[in-house]
Amino acid sequence: MTKYRADEEDFWNSTKCKPFTFDDDDDGFSKLKESKQAVNNIRHLVDEDEDDDDVEKVSWSGEPVGSISWSVRETAASSQRTDRDPAFPKANTDPPTRSLSGYSLSSLFKGKSKGGNFQPFTDVLGDSAVRLYAPELRKPKSEYKDVVSDWSPEETVQRMQQGKVVSLEKFRSLQDKVSLLDIAVSAHDGNVITAVLTYLKRSLSKEILFRELESRQTALRHFIHYLTETKDQRLLLELLRALGRTEDVALLQYKEHLNITDENKRRDFLKSCLGLPFSLEDSGHIQDHYTLLERQIIIEAADRQVERGGRVEIFQKFPRRASILNMPLITTLYYCCFYHYTETEGTYSSPLNIRQTFKISEKQYFVTALAARAKLKAWLDVDALFTSRTWLGFTKKKSPLSFQRVVDILQKNSAPIQVLQEYVALVDDSDLRISLAQKHKCHNIVINMYRDLKDRQLLLAYLQKVDQGSVEERKIKELLNNSQIRWKN
Amino acid sequence: MAHGARRDSPELPDFSLLKRLAKDQLVYLLEQLPGKKDLFIEADLMSPLDRIANVSTLKQHEVDKLYKVEHKPIVSTSDQLCFLIRPRIQTVKWICDVVNADKAAGKCRRYKIIFTPQKFYACETVLEEQGIFGDVTTDEWAFYLLPLDDDIISLELPEFFRDNFLAGDQRWVRTASSALHLLHSLYGPFSKFYGIGRCSKMVYDLWRKQAEKGERKAPKADIGRVFLIDRDVDFVTPLCSQVVYEGLVDDTFRIKCGCVEFGSDVTSSDKSVKVMLNSQDKVFNEIRNEHFSNVFSFLSQKARNLQTAYDKRQGMDIKQMKAFVSEELKGLKQEHRLLSLHIGASESIMKKKTKQDFQELLKTEHSLLEGFEIRESISFIEEHINRQVSMLESLRLLCLLSITENGLLPKDYRSLKAQYLQSYGVDHLLTLANLRHLGLLIEQQPGETLTVMESKVGKLVNDKTAGRLTDAFSSLAKKSNFRALSRKLNLVPKSDDEYDLRVPRDMAYIFSGAYIPLSCKLVEQVLERDGWTGLEEVTRLLNGNEFFAQESNGADLSTKNDSQRIVLVMFLGGCTFSEISALRFLGRERGYKFIVLTTAITNSSRLLEALLGNQV
Repeated sequence: MTKYRADEEDFWNSTKCKPFTFDDDDDGFSKLKESKQAVNNIRHLVDEDEDDDDVEKVSWSGEPVGSISWSVRETAASSQRTDRDPAFPKANTDPPTRSLSGYSLSSLFKGKSKGGNFQPFTDVLGDSAVRLYAPELRKPKSEYKDVVSDWSPEETVQRMQQGKVVSLEKFRSLQDKVSLLDIAVSAHDGNVITAVLTYLKRSLSKEILFRELESRQTALRHFIHYLTETKDQRLLLELLRALGRTEDVALLQYKEHLNITDENKRRDFLKSCLGLPFSLEDSGHIQDHYTLLERQIIIEAADRQVERGGRVEIFQKFPRRASILNMPLITTLYYCCFYHYTETEGTYSSPLNIRQTFKISEKQYFVTALAARAKLKAWLDVDALFTSRTWLGFTKKKSPLSFQRVVDILQKNSAPIQVLQEYVALVDDSDLRISLAQKHKCHNIVINMYRDLKDRQLLLAYLQKVDQGSVEERKIKELLNNSQIRWKN
Repeated sequence: MAHGARRDSPELPDFSLLKRLAKDQLVYLLEQLPGKKDLFIEADLMSPLDRIANVSTLKQHEVDKLYKVEHKPIVSTSDQLCFLIRPRIQTVKWICDVVNADKAAGKCRRYKIIFTPQKFYACETVLEEQGIFGDVTTDEWAFYLLPLDDDIISLELPEFFRDNFLAGDQRWVRTASSALHLLHSLYGPFSKFYGIGRCSKMVYDLWRKQAEKGERKAPKADIGRVFLIDRDVDFVTPLCSQVVYEGLVDDTFRIKCGCVEFGSDVTSSDKSVKVMLNSQDKVFNEIRNEHFSNVFSFLSQKARNLQTAYDKRQGMDIKQMKAFVSEELKGLKQEHRLLSLHIGASESIMKKKTKQDFQELLKTEHSLLEGFEIRESISFIEEHINRQVSMLESLRLLCLLSITENGLLPKDYRSLKAQYLQSYGVDHLLTLANLRHLGLLIEQQPGETLTVMESKVGKLVNDKTAGRLTDAFSSLAKKSNFRALSRKLNLVPKSDDEYDLRVPRDMAYIFSGAYIPLSCKLVEQVLERDGWTGLEEVTRLLNGNEFFAQESNGADLSTKNDSQRIVLVMFLGGCTFSEISALRFLGRERGYKFIVLTTAITNSSRLLEALLGNQV
């Protein structure tokens, strides 16, 4: 301690800027001048910058410099500042004995700046400056211990709220501890609540602490958050168990898997999570998570080898961009629809096997397979997806997904018009069908629909939309010249 | 542009003073560590710092090198290290590692930690536990308030939301009240307080205590009234897609601390630019509050005007030309630059939105708000999930569905949850647990479908039984009661009316006329009634915690006083640009000036990202 004190003296004496003094009325203003000067210096830069439209000056965080608006209206602000209170302590109170080495300038500054510069320091007057300013860092405990000992819990909490140093050691009986906590809670200051809790954590047995927290929800939440932030997983789990919050226990333990990077270790960890007290529904999800990773590891190993071998065409044509490990189930399904579409249900990487194992809904499977096959431009597979669902002799295309969506997916995978129009034509709603056809330039559909509507005007207008000299143009002209059609307009 | 402001609107106070205060304090703190030093700055403090100071400011105070806090071993050779950080345990732990590594290497340096806006005991405990308490000096930089614009002040504390509402940690309550107190001291005295929400109430209580101690003679007040609101009073509004220009820019490009980075798709060159978006940008200032559908016509009109102005050059003689170049050209060039940026931005927004079927998305949102075609909306969301469209968007729609419907039917909940986990990863179990905890995405409890019943029964039986009934209900997860609130407050205008977005008739214009933001509607109603009288049913549906207080601090309460029409609206947990636009509209209509004080600017993505559970 003494060594430290000496260091500190050195530190302050070596200070280039002179220590802050309260009786120096000008000090606030000299500060002001200084920052004003700084502002002016920068303004020069700012102005310069404005002239240069193209080059942006960028500051350390990559933000453009010139645009800072604080340099504007600076005169106004500074004149305002003279009649409002300045940011720095003014000599409007008795100087709290600045000869005292025990207090730091910083704590002085803090005491006032925290909105406190408008406080008349009423508590200073009746109090000794040691107590008020004794900063926790620089004061040996023995010096104030006997002085603090008579503070009530209320006063203690109040002082803590103001960032002043306090000793909690005198709160020894359970009753005192608990009432200190309750008062901290009623003061609404989370910082103080947590401070009290760390003291209680240190000075109470777990069982007693947990018991007391159970009926104090606010304090309990603070404690849980504190343990979470300090990563005191063990105590947190104990606490949750003691409270009977089994689902939280399970989730918290499950969350640990995120910290495990090695896939085999992660898989093993997930396996150990299967026994955690999840709800029935969630255990199913955890089981899926484990099974999925287990399979991903197998698929990844196999495919990496195949890819290296260079003998399977699809891996050469479409090299894998990332490993499949830790990807969501649907991404895995997509991957398998992409690389392993034709595999029989017996293999782990077969889409059908995945569908079966994870009970993927028909619609979901359909969407994913459609997107994957469309991506590969395997239009025959796409076609088969719809027709495989037909009944005996019944060739109408069926889809668990609206055909509008189907068109959308195909279009996003840049399907050619021939393919698109086949599915646009299957859209039930005629208004929707025609707007989709127009959007995707499926001219044939539009032309046929106008023909069926016997709407000569629309057809005539559509002539503008098709390319000159195209088959479509010819078709429209033929229709327009066809005397057999009884146009309605 | 379409709305004429009421001529008698009072002037906004000048908040640049706040930046000066913060800067002076920082300079002062840096001087406390004389001599050359390296400064380590917490990543998310950089942009706020940039708004009030500058590299040269720091250099002037002997800051040698600047580093970003990266939680990695450091390379500095300086014998003095200064850390400017948020009071976070993880950051303090990292500093402890740095100091202990130095100790082990026999390196002797001086260390100083500046916590902003304040330090926490928990951080000091870490210093103590790691055995470096006393080796470092600590200080606080009371940088509470950053004015982002003439009428927006931010605490720049996005973690406020998660800490307060999800974890239930009240560490920032005092920060918020200190911020309020600072404004009160500089621009007050405040004479009236209105508020709703648990946190709001606590902030007010703490402020009250601070204000009692700091009683002083009152100069003329700039700000007379204050409205405090918790973010969890209204989750619907921040979860809606924003369609007002500024909000849309935020949703698309993410505005960070009043600054946005436009990529090459906007600038149509290979470099990106960072642009400050505030009232200083004349073009932006005119379109920021406009519905996106009006923006194009405005921009093209503006472009035509600009062309005309340039064309004036034709047929000028030398003298006129000289005058033109010296007087007008610079302004025109500036305007030209801004105009092309915003046109580029609008185009880019259009492109992105068309790609993601924005129209259909909005239709679904509007159906949910209206409580109409819910089955269709559910299958839209389901398809969204099946196709693995953006993870956050799906989550957003699920939450909107849950809040507007007071929870999902168990069957729907199970099925959507399972599909969500299949599409985006099982580890989102943790996300869903968070959302459930906050009441954002819940399963209707068997008894809960009785919402309608409850209110009916409440009318039939006497108060005592009704009270007991309500108790029984409130023991379940907090209900949003959105549908009932919407009816009571007319939040959803009748859909058969034509809504002219160019001439907005109410705040619903910010959501294409489909929905008046609940938060702003509350502000409107409470100011109109000068309290909560007549809103008892509404506050009950909002789970209470409303308050009204009149301060007896000698402030002039006569309504003629301008300060009574300057209203500070404080959002605890963040507010969106759309809400700010709505309040600006309300201000113009009613002759108020609103100042928005928020813990951070938020939007649906930020709000949901804060609740993701699968982050390490």
